[in-house]
Amino acid sequence: MITHTHRPLRVVLYEGDGSIPLPPEARALVMASLLDKGYAVTRVTPGRGASLVDDDHTLLVLGLFADGAPQVEDAEARRTVEARDIAGLDAVGVLGVVEEFRVRQGRTMNQPGAWKPWFPVIDYDRCTNCMQCLSFCLFDVYGVSDDKKIQVQNNDNCKTNCPACSRVCPEVAIMFPKYAHGPINGEPVQADDVQREKMKVDISALLGGDIYARLKDRSLAAKSRFSKERSPDKALEERKKCLIKLAGDGFIPADVLASLPSPEEIQRKAAEAAARGAAALAAQQN
Amino acid sequence: MPTLLYCRCAYAQVINPGVKDDVLRQLGESGSSFESVSDLCEMAAHRDPRLTALSECAARGGLRIAACHPRAVKGLFRQAGVPLADEHVEIHNMREFSSDAVVVGMLRAASASPVASDDTSLPPDGSFLSAGPATPETQGPV
Repeated sequence: MITHTHRPLRVVLYEGDGSIPLPPEARALVMASLLDKGYAVTRVTPGRGASLVDDDHTLLVLGLFADGAPQVEDAEARRTVEARDIAGLDAVGVLGVVEEFRVRQGRTMNQPGAWKPWFPVIDYDRCTNCMQCLSFCLFDVYGVSDDKKIQVQNNDNCKTNCPACSRVCPEVAIMFPKYAHGPINGEPVQADDVQREKMKVDISALLGGDIYARLKDRSLAAKSRFSKERSPDKALEERKKCLIKLAGDGFIPADVLASLPSPEEIQRKAAEAAARGAAALAAQQN
Repeated sequence: MPTLLYCRCAYAQVINPGVKDDVLRQLGESGSSFESVSDLCEMAAHRDPRLTALSECAARGGLRIAACHPRAVKGLFRQAGVPLADEHVEIHNMREFSSDAVVVGMLRAASASPVASDDTSLPPDGSFLSAGPATPETQGPV
């Protein structure tokens, strides 16, 4: 299920025939301001139209027009086109014009900063369809396509900043493009990376094959230990240290660790995920 | 000339702001028409139909993308259901290379048009929204 379906509004910055080009710095500022607020911007110059044609029903065209904003109609009558003269406006002023248009059109959009597009991206050139990620993930992010291929089915279930599934992939085939480090961020995979990931899988097996349960146990043990401390402040400090250590390992973010369900629930979900993975593997062999 | 696409990566600060600002500025100053999006990851997350349109642009005349690691960008398109054919796409990595190197790759062998124009008309039929060069017939006075 995908819930973040608000499509960015597209704005055309028209610097084609009949307009005055924006000063370079002003253009850069206007475009950056719009993009940083989540808008898509098409820049049009003389002699060449926009490459991208899509099914937006309304379109806002901005430009410096010598004789004021013209009336524009879509020749195919598919869209409502509104042109606005931005003479005298700075980047903030232009953004205000665009925001006003968006609100008037009743358009909602995702906002950078309010949400992060965090989800695994599978490199199918490397993926061997082993289903380890499906078996590992407790949040139903992964599923199997009709042709029995692993796929990302529930983006929004993924825990922001948690790259744990990429660490169990033996082929280094799972990317998180917003992650800080390679090869998880999409950098080319080196031979050393493959060897390192294989070692992590082995460690996972040594821990009993259930990293979440193991971490949860550690968390509960720490909680129990700290509850016996005489000083609540000291206990809190120790707990923080413990969580920071786990987060510092880069394996699972502290907030994800803190939000893990009960050990029983983890056990149940892990069994379900493992069963789904086994069923998918069995289907491949049939 | 291939379609040019600039990704701002606005939803996470994983690209050096100086690099992405400079690439945007230089693309603007080149006089080229280009598409820019706030974040390809955000678009892929909700299977934005514009990814399909961009994929069609690639098949029609090529696509050059200024974004991040090529493996990630290709994966995003593929995961959104619109795989990009290698022979139609160039991806220039703002996460790895300098702004100058990215811009050179984006504009290579591209005959940029001058921005200044003596004409006085915005095509009133919206033809500037269409793919390809605007034809003289569509450029009448407003």
